[in-house]
Amino acid sequence: MKGRGVLTGVHFMHGDHACAEGAIAAGCRFFAGYPITPSTEIAERLAQRLPEVGGVFIQMEDEIASIVAVIGASAAGARAMTATSGPGFSLMMESIGLAAMMEIPCVIVDVQRGSPSTGLPTLPGQADVMQARWGSHGDYEIAAYAPWSPQEMFDLTILAFNVADRFRIPVMVMADEVVGHMVERVVIPPEDQIPRWERKRPRYPAGDGFRPFAIEDEDLVPPMAHAGEGYRVHFTGLTHDERGYPDMSAETHHRLVSRLVEKVRRNASQMIRYDAYALDDAKIVVISYGCTARSARRAVADARRMGIPAGLLRLISLWPFPADVVRELARQAEVFIVAEMNLGQMICEVERYVSQPVKGVFHAGGAMIPPDPILQAIREVAFHGSRAGGGKTSAG
Amino acid sequence: MRKEIRIAGFGGQGVVLAGYILGKAFAVYEGLEAVMTQSYGPEARGGSSSSNVVVSDEPIDYPFVLEPDVLILLSQEAYTRFRPTAKPDALIIIEEDLVQPWPEDRPLRIPATRLAEELGRRIVANMVILGFFTAVSGLVKRESVEKAIETTLAPRLVPLNRRAFATGYEYAQSLAVASYRSPSA
Repeated sequence: MKGRGVLTGVHFMHGDHACAEGAIAAGCRFFAGYPITPSTEIAERLAQRLPEVGGVFIQMEDEIASIVAVIGASAAGARAMTATSGPGFSLMMESIGLAAMMEIPCVIVDVQRGSPSTGLPTLPGQADVMQARWGSHGDYEIAAYAPWSPQEMFDLTILAFNVADRFRIPVMVMADEVVGHMVERVVIPPEDQIPRWERKRPRYPAGDGFRPFAIEDEDLVPPMAHAGEGYRVHFTGLTHDERGYPDMSAETHHRLVSRLVEKVRRNASQMIRYDAYALDDAKIVVISYGCTARSARRAVADARRMGIPAGLLRLISLWPFPADVVRELARQAEVFIVAEMNLGQMICEVERYVSQPVKGVFHAGGAMIPPDPILQAIREVAFHGSRAGGGKTSAG
Repeated sequence: MRKEIRIAGFGGQGVVLAGYILGKAFAVYEGLEAVMTQSYGPEARGGSSSSNVVVSDEPIDYPFVLEPDVLILLSQEAYTRFRPTAKPDALIIIEEDLVQPWPEDRPLRIPATRLAEELGRRIVANMVILGFFTAVSGLVKRESVEKAIETTLAPRLVPLNRRAFATGYEYAQSLAVASYRSPSA
């Protein structure tokens, strides 16, 4: 293993370790974090692996320092990451907004556990998904991905780095304790098959009136000069002009914040990922993500065997939310069911885009929702019609 | 084909490593789908510990063990806790020096720790019992598990662990002969 960046081959790998290997394969060479169950194995693995490949691992004093160190390393040109769970994710929120405002790419992994507060350290939850989108103050947009297997812990960590770099945004990997701690087959491709989206870099030499936040392209992403390269770069969380200097005018503020939001919306199609199972003729559309989607797929397969026209839309990107896909499904579906390990979060997003009844299968966390309550919800709407929809079912 | 295997004992007996190696044999060397999960108490040693392997010829949705097809039990506590959860026709394997089964129960027995001590290290009892399981279950090829041992452990540990695995495997074969003969005795 020593010195190898990409562990090409077929592995039987722990989800958290697969995330760490995805980071290494993506070219991440800086990790700053503070250990917290159930994400600790990511830090542990990277503490061993990063020095082998010439990278830097720092165990920080807390999660606030961790995210700020990551932002600094990224501003200097490194692909940088931190990993945490709910309590640490909360502490990072302020500076995730700082990264969004300064357009510094970074990857934050949240292996979700039962919450709120200290909650259930060793047991799963999916209740941080709205926090991923809205946790820092102000208007901004980010991307967030929900892996459902160790393989996706690897794949989506790479995608997270690519999206972060390409669009200069914070990107979250919203894992959960189940996928973080499960061991399954992980296929790592050859190094030259690892997708790599680069940061946009300045087209002019340093010292030539470079304006670090000047927009030259349709995608609204400014080219990024790294600290120490000779360009005059100034990063601030204050509202800033194209030079990066503070500008307290309402006009500049509106222009900047609107661009930060529009940048993600305009490029959303490049960030959105989802998977479809048996959706072609589905009248009952189940929407789920992360570990819960594994049970949802089983429930949909069982429903099909009973002759019920159910299908599954698995959200891989929670943010940006695949609104167009859901709108399109609303043309054929009679009812939607959202299954998630929280008391109703992504269901709010589904309800924004459909006029059909939306039924929830919820559990506050602590144990993965098994297939049965999802199948039961499918059968209820199948046999009682959509009149039975719109209710909320507790999976507990 | 979905088979649920639970290996349980106390911390320090290597039940997590045994589960990992078995899962790897299925997932990497047999081309099957396999998931391993584990649970353990807060103690590093002595607390309860279990590893769970689900194997299937199709993608595994729900990754946890609900009703084991195979139980490999290395402590009395694990036996008491998990024996009632097994399917009626489950394969039950116990560490015979550490588990006193119920009078009506007829599990397969192996003195895995004693056999490991004879090899010089009691710590390889997990590989002894894995060899025994491999021989009696017919669920996994011997070579697949041996490859998983070789690719998982540090090279210096491989010979002893392979010997332990072979010891358990051969003990099962000798037992099969003994039990075949016993009815006529």
